[in-house]
Amino acid sequence: MYILGIESSCDETAAAVMENDSRLLSNIVNTQIDIHRKYGGVVPELASRKHLEDIYPVVDAAIQEAGITLDQIDTIAVTQGPGLIGSLLVGLSFAKAISLVKKIPYVGVDHMAGHLISVFLGHKKPEFPYIALVASGGHSSIFHVSSPSAYSLLGRTRDDAAGEAFDKVAKIIGLGYPGGPAIGALSKKGNPEAVKFPRSWLEPGSPDFSFSGIKTSVANYVKQNKVLSDQEARQPVDQESLIADICASFQEAVVDVLVEKTLTCALQKNIKTVVLSGGVSANIRLRQVMEERGHQKGLEVFMPPLEFCTDNAAMIALAGYYQRDKASLTYDMDVYSRISAQ
Amino acid sequence: MPHSTKTQLQLTTLEDTLNLGIHLGGTALPGDIFTLAGDLGAGKTTLTQAIGQGLEVPKECYITSPTFSLLHEYPGRIPLYHMDLYRLGSEDEFIELGFEEYMYGDGLTVIEWPDRLGSLMPLSRLHLELTTVNETSRSVLITGFGDIAERFSSFLPGS
Repeated sequence: MYILGIESSCDETAAAVMENDSRLLSNIVNTQIDIHRKYGGVVPELASRKHLEDIYPVVDAAIQEAGITLDQIDTIAVTQGPGLIGSLLVGLSFAKAISLVKKIPYVGVDHMAGHLISVFLGHKKPEFPYIALVASGGHSSIFHVSSPSAYSLLGRTRDDAAGEAFDKVAKIIGLGYPGGPAIGALSKKGNPEAVKFPRSWLEPGSPDFSFSGIKTSVANYVKQNKVLSDQEARQPVDQESLIADICASFQEAVVDVLVEKTLTCALQKNIKTVVLSGGVSANIRLRQVMEERGHQKGLEVFMPPLEFCTDNAAMIALAGYYQRDKASLTYDMDVYSRISAQ
Repeated sequence: MPHSTKTQLQLTTLEDTLNLGIHLGGTALPGDIFTLAGDLGAGKTTLTQAIGQGLEVPKECYITSPTFSLLHEYPGRIPLYHMDLYRLGSEDEFIELGFEEYMYGDGLTVIEWPDRLGSLMPLSRLHLELTTVNETSRSVLITGFGDIAERFSSFLPGS
């Protein structure tokens, strides 16, 4: 059976075709990062308009590349939430329209469900149950995943998401959007021990995150040490290494908390497998530290190939495959913006 | 000229910020608007969390940054609408998103980065401008504009 996946929850318009749960026939991602870069973030209204322009060509390309026709699609899977309402609506309305005209059942898929099983799009596949960390621009959550469609939320951020912290820190030190790749790249040249930024552990044993404080610490450090205002007084080399040290130290602090909390959840639940997903899991240092410390604690760590860490429709098609029983031809479904607590 | 009052407060500890927020949330009435200004890291999220506490938002509803999704809604004694306009380009976008409908509704609206509102800036509002003094202390300049000013001036020391 063929599943068409459609994803438009944030700044990516994406479509993919899967044959059952094993063969990915096409995977088209049209990112809006260039448009948003000059604004220093995702501008929602721009995002919806761009989705509108892109959705038809992206879905069309996915079907063509898969070498099938629209009539051969058995189920349409579309991201229902969480995300930007205006952006989500473009994807959902498009899916409904195809469904209505072609009489193809469609199913609304939770964006998190997609991230949680995106690891199965790679070659190395984990066994259930596992503990999964989803870290991205909008989320930092730990889940207990017991099957492709059954999962429960263990911990989440109480203020900022990890990716949001990367974006905001990038803004504070004058790097562009998105912040993650820029900070990740500069960190390689910096010393992660240079600045001891605080780690927010919250109450002992809490699986929740807080990344608002570290952003504040970086802002204070930059101000106190006149990192930006004394820029011209320094040698360009010194300025560069100062920024690199801040990046590396900040990244280390965020990675440290993400890894420790995730591994602690696995140990507490006596689960031997840990899975990493979401845009922040493309961060090389996070992948490295999760793998090293996971192995030290006797856990097996899995992560999706880089292309499936960031938002994509292949993971939505895959999640849709497992939820195909819920696909229908009724059209009262709506989108939602926030992660649900169950 | 709309009536306005100003108060400058020193928030020496985190507890001072929490107390202020709880007071503000406890005094808020439906249709009230608080606008919050201050740099990244000045404590806008922390203050909003305390305002939520004053509004009796249930503990299990974490008040998280709305930067990504722009608007978060929480149940409480009266609803809390928490907006972050950081990523908005203009006031037109604010209208297109339908956010104006929340502002004069049945809850308290807290707006971060209100400068994006332009001509839509409400006449009656409590404006809180947070400044970082050092790692733990902040100072806040509270300005009451319009009808709301009198109701909040009574418990704000120094006014």
